[in-house]
Amino acid sequence: MVAPQELAVQEKKELTSKEEKTVPARYYIPTTDIYETDEALTLVMELPGVEKDDVEVKLEGDVLQVEGRIDFTKYDGMEPVYAEYNVGNYARAFTLSDKVNQDGISADLRDGVLTLTLPKAKQAVPRRIAVS
Amino acid sequence: MLLPDPFEPLFNLQRALDSFRASPWLNSGPSAGGTFPPLNVFRKGEDFVVIIELPGISKSELDIQVKGNTIRIAGAKSVQYPEKAGLHRRERLAGRFDRAITIPVEVDAEKVRAEYRDGILALFLPRAERDKPRSIKLS
Repeated sequence: MVAPQELAVQEKKELTSKEEKTVPARYYIPTTDIYETDEALTLVMELPGVEKDDVEVKLEGDVLQVEGRIDFTKYDGMEPVYAEYNVGNYARAFTLSDKVNQDGISADLRDGVLTLTLPKAKQAVPRRIAVS
Repeated sequence: MLLPDPFEPLFNLQRALDSFRASPWLNSGPSAGGTFPPLNVFRKGEDFVVIIELPGISKSELDIQVKGNTIRIAGAKSVQYPEKAGLHRRERLAGRFDRAITIPVEVDAEKVRAEYRDGILALFLPRAERDKPRSIKLS
């Protein structure tokens, strides 16, 4: 059971990484849920404003990197008068503890929510041992 | 020669948005309800555009009403997990929201348009004809 939550404004967290980006524009950390079933690890990330073609998912060794870019040309000719949040590209990386079947990774982006399904590699799927 | 930096418009936009944080523009009228969802307001020509980040909402759950210069945005956001899942991280929030804002210009309620795409809700608010500024000719 999971406890109910209240819907509240979550201040966007700015990405701070060890290496600096060469461009001064800010990156934000997407709000993410991660859950695991026997077969797969699933990441659900909120990337509002990111289109399908602007998502990049990379798995290098154990490190899963996700980057989402927004099309800021949509803001052309728009002059802000009031702001409660800032806009920017998204980036986040996770170190995976389980072995993942790289070929089976699937990604689905719908209404600004990216769902990444990472099937576990055969040896990581738990095996039940029957007690005789 | 320096090539134009493709990221400069984004950086400029971010800086512009920073300087309009807590601008008194919206505080001129009574705003009711919660503070979720957070929104930005832009001027585009004579009209106004409200941009709201609302990822993962189904359109049928959104209720937008305009009355005079008050706009009400209500709806529900749900987050679901499969039954037999072990939850490692839970950052996404779910629940009902209801927010009303009063903008300091008169809006043509008939012509308000709402668009929901890629988790972004955009409300196009055309300024009422009688509210538009007129240039005064000097004689």
